[in-house]
Amino acid sequence: MQPTRLTRSAGSLDYSLWLFTRLSGLGLMLFAALSMAAAFMLGARSLLDLPTMLRWMFFPNPNHVVNSNIPDVSLGWSNAFWQIFGFLMILLASAHGFNGVRMVLEDYLRSPLAVLIVRGLLLVIWLGCLIIAVYVILAS
Amino acid sequence: MSASRPIVLRTGYRGQTGMLNWVLHRVTGLGIVLFVGMHVIAAFGMQQFANDLATAVTAFYESWGFQIFVYFCVLFHAFNGTRLALVDLFPALLRYQRELYWLQWIIFLPAYLLPVFFLLQTGLAAG
Repeated sequence: MQPTRLTRSAGSLDYSLWLFTRLSGLGLMLFAALSMAAAFMLGARSLLDLPTMLRWMFFPNPNHVVNSNIPDVSLGWSNAFWQIFGFLMILLASAHGFNGVRMVLEDYLRSPLAVLIVRGLLLVIWLGCLIIAVYVILAS
Repeated sequence: MSASRPIVLRTGYRGQTGMLNWVLHRVTGLGIVLFVGMHVIAAFGMQQFANDLATAVTAFYESWGFQIFVYFCVLFHAFNGTRLALVDLFPALLRYQRELYWLQWIIFLPAYLLPVFFLLQTGLAAG
């Protein structure tokens, strides 16, 4: 079977988002790997249960790992490096996620008006999520 | 009587190696958005307002049964997404699509089932 070759005009929003989904996905894998490595360096070696590991990996923030009961955890994570790191991670992940929801929904929407409404709603929810993320990061 | 069309399971599944992963990628992606959204709102409601509903939702998503679901979503989406992104960005890999598909499942199953075994073990022991 010949692979289907889809043509996308370079520079269109569709193509940009298609590329963004792939690159941000790979980027998130890198971020998760870095967070996991940092978690081990900060003392997660003795606490390798799955929920703790997921908390360390997907949002390296003192507020997020407060249940992990690791000494001096806030000292390890609360600095500008991890704040920016955490924000970039949330930015990539939420953009990736909301764009994915948009793609799934638009597969089932026929009218251009519905597409427009869904896009507007998702944009507003996405920005709201980013504001909450900034609040959590700066407050902890 | 000879079969005039390919034999189809009662489920209607005809996608060979592609369709199951396509469906699972969508379902797990939506599952992650659902979980993260629920988690952010519930954690906010619990910490800022000590809301009872938010506390109940938090207890629900921290239970070991829900964690088995979330871990499946995250791990499958990550593995399948990596394969997808690599094949899309390097189309030469399309020749090995079938091999990559099986390789993905061969790595995924132990990486998923081993932690699930321990989750079940500790979860059932705790009662």
